[in-house]
Amino acid sequence: MLHSIVLVKQVPDTANITGKVMNDDGTVNRSKLPAVFNAEDRVALELALRLRDRYGGRVTVLTMGPPRASDVLRECLYMGADAACLVSDRKFAGADTLATSYVLARAVQRLAPYDLVFAGRQAIDGDTAQVGPQTAEKLNLPQVTYAQEVKSITNGRITVQRHIDGGHEVVEAQLPALITVIKDAAEPRPYSAKRLMAYKGAKTLMELEKLAEDNTLLYVDKLVEEFRTRKLFIDTYSADDLDAEPARCGLKGSPTRVYKIESVVLAGRDREMIEPTSEGLGRLVDALYQDHILG
Amino acid sequence: MNEAFGTDVWVFVEQRDGKPADVSFELLCKGRKLADAMGGALRAVVVGADTATAIGTQCFHYGADEALVVSHPSLEHFRSGPYARVLIELIRSRQPRVVLFGATVSGRDLAPRVASATQSGLTADCTDLQIADVDYLKKHHQKLLLQIRPAFGGNIVATIIAPDAPTQMATVREGVMELHAAADPHPVLLTQVDFTPHATDELVRIIDRHREESRIDLKGAPVIVAGGYGLGTRKNFAVLLELARVLGAEVAGTRAAVDAGFLPPERQVGQTGVTVRPKLYIAVGISGAIQHRAGMQDSNKIIAINSDPEAPIFDVAHYGIVGDAMDVLPKLIEAYKARLK
Repeated sequence: MLHSIVLVKQVPDTANITGKVMNDDGTVNRSKLPAVFNAEDRVALELALRLRDRYGGRVTVLTMGPPRASDVLRECLYMGADAACLVSDRKFAGADTLATSYVLARAVQRLAPYDLVFAGRQAIDGDTAQVGPQTAEKLNLPQVTYAQEVKSITNGRITVQRHIDGGHEVVEAQLPALITVIKDAAEPRPYSAKRLMAYKGAKTLMELEKLAEDNTLLYVDKLVEEFRTRKLFIDTYSADDLDAEPARCGLKGSPTRVYKIESVVLAGRDREMIEPTSEGLGRLVDALYQDHILG
Repeated sequence: MNEAFGTDVWVFVEQRDGKPADVSFELLCKGRKLADAMGGALRAVVVGADTATAIGTQCFHYGADEALVVSHPSLEHFRSGPYARVLIELIRSRQPRVVLFGATVSGRDLAPRVASATQSGLTADCTDLQIADVDYLKKHHQKLLLQIRPAFGGNIVATIIAPDAPTQMATVREGVMELHAAADPHPVLLTQVDFTPHATDELVRIIDRHREESRIDLKGAPVIVAGGYGLGTRKNFAVLLELARVLGAEVAGTRAAVDAGFLPPERQVGQTGVTVRPKLYIAVGISGAIQHRAGMQDSNKIIAINSDPEAPIFDVAHYGIVGDAMDVLPKLIEAYKARLK
């Protein structure tokens, strides 16, 4: 039975930026931005779901993030994921890609055994495309990046078409393997209305703790048991749950640091404004000829 | 300088079908300056098959002090597994201070895997690199690599450092660094590095491969006509294509235009696309986010056409035209045709 783990991320919606989104220390003020499901991760989930539909098995989605990142996990459940897992701890704050991949690798090991790890090629908030390969390296898995199409799985090998510079290639990778996926690889399925009704109440440990705090009649342990029985519990792991070394997590485990943030002050070129008329544009063309820019 | 750290600057020299990638030679040119500032050597690392030695020799035109050549028939095409193994072993044994990769598909696949194994700091898509002394958190660091890139959200440039990592890594897109022959090339010094295939190399096998050299040459184009999301529709883009045809120009655009499907990704200008320096760059319906400006602001002459007089693109333009592109472009085409007569 095929077990795929899909790494997903909740990202600030960089396509809809309003106001001041950078803090003075160079970090992103995420509260100023709507948070969305990273598009390529959604495609990665779609590929994993299609493999499950074809070969059987199960799909687990995994995210590292603040408590509110549970939103994307519920969206994954609406699409068809079998289980969801949130990795969240203040100790993970400030992580660069290296520290992020360390924690994700610990969490993937916790979910073993598995055959495939999927992820989007990159997240739109940094566009680094680093976390996939770094996680693969830590898990000692072969990696196939920029996947355009998963063709088949036979005899423990997966056949994947991937984008390369100036073309594409078809590779066969031995399972278990990690695959990162580009946007055109598949059209993600819409949410199933039935699943939306079933899973909109799925909750993480933090969310159940909040419920218990607000109502003295409820006890967290009982709630976890009840939600788990009803398949509505989102597994929640802290640094301690993952036996993560504190020195490799969050800011401490991040070799890269933001040293400086500068606003770009444009000098404002000595520019000439051209009237948008035939005469104005005619004079512009003449000027370009005179400067040997055209002709 | 921290005595425990090395002083070498390395460039991973990428080859495709046996031919070197331009971006690798561009990085050697920048690497030369960084190595001089660091007081270290510039070494090219060439991994490939029968052409690797010849590519290694070419690296000396661009300032290399030495080329480490890893040549083996099984290394003909890029594969993450064996290529990463080669780099990781070399970095562990020789401790370079800086390693640069082209931000190509292969470079973006390889660099993070190598950085993870060697616990190196890695910054993607840098638009500038410098060596400088840095005071950070009450500690003085000598000769760190400043990894400079536009940051999230707009008109902000971030300088990233990796103060405590033995090796600092960066990827850079094609065209960002300028290519020029070394003024005073060093004598060719090739060092062949042994490679022994390993069973794990075969975990991923290439079974089919199609590629051709791109016919799109944005970097070499004297005139570029570029469109942004502001053009709005594919139909409006057709007018832009017509201007490019009349001028004999290459067509380019912003990331938003590419994401909207108006243009293929190879035509994206900017931080995560190509950097260009044409004689004339005509920006149409482009607001001028820093990520785009990073890829075109060194053009010889820039014409900006935008309906928003406050658009930041006007700040880098030599000529500004405030107006609707669908009104201005046909008039510009007519004005040019009239001049030709």
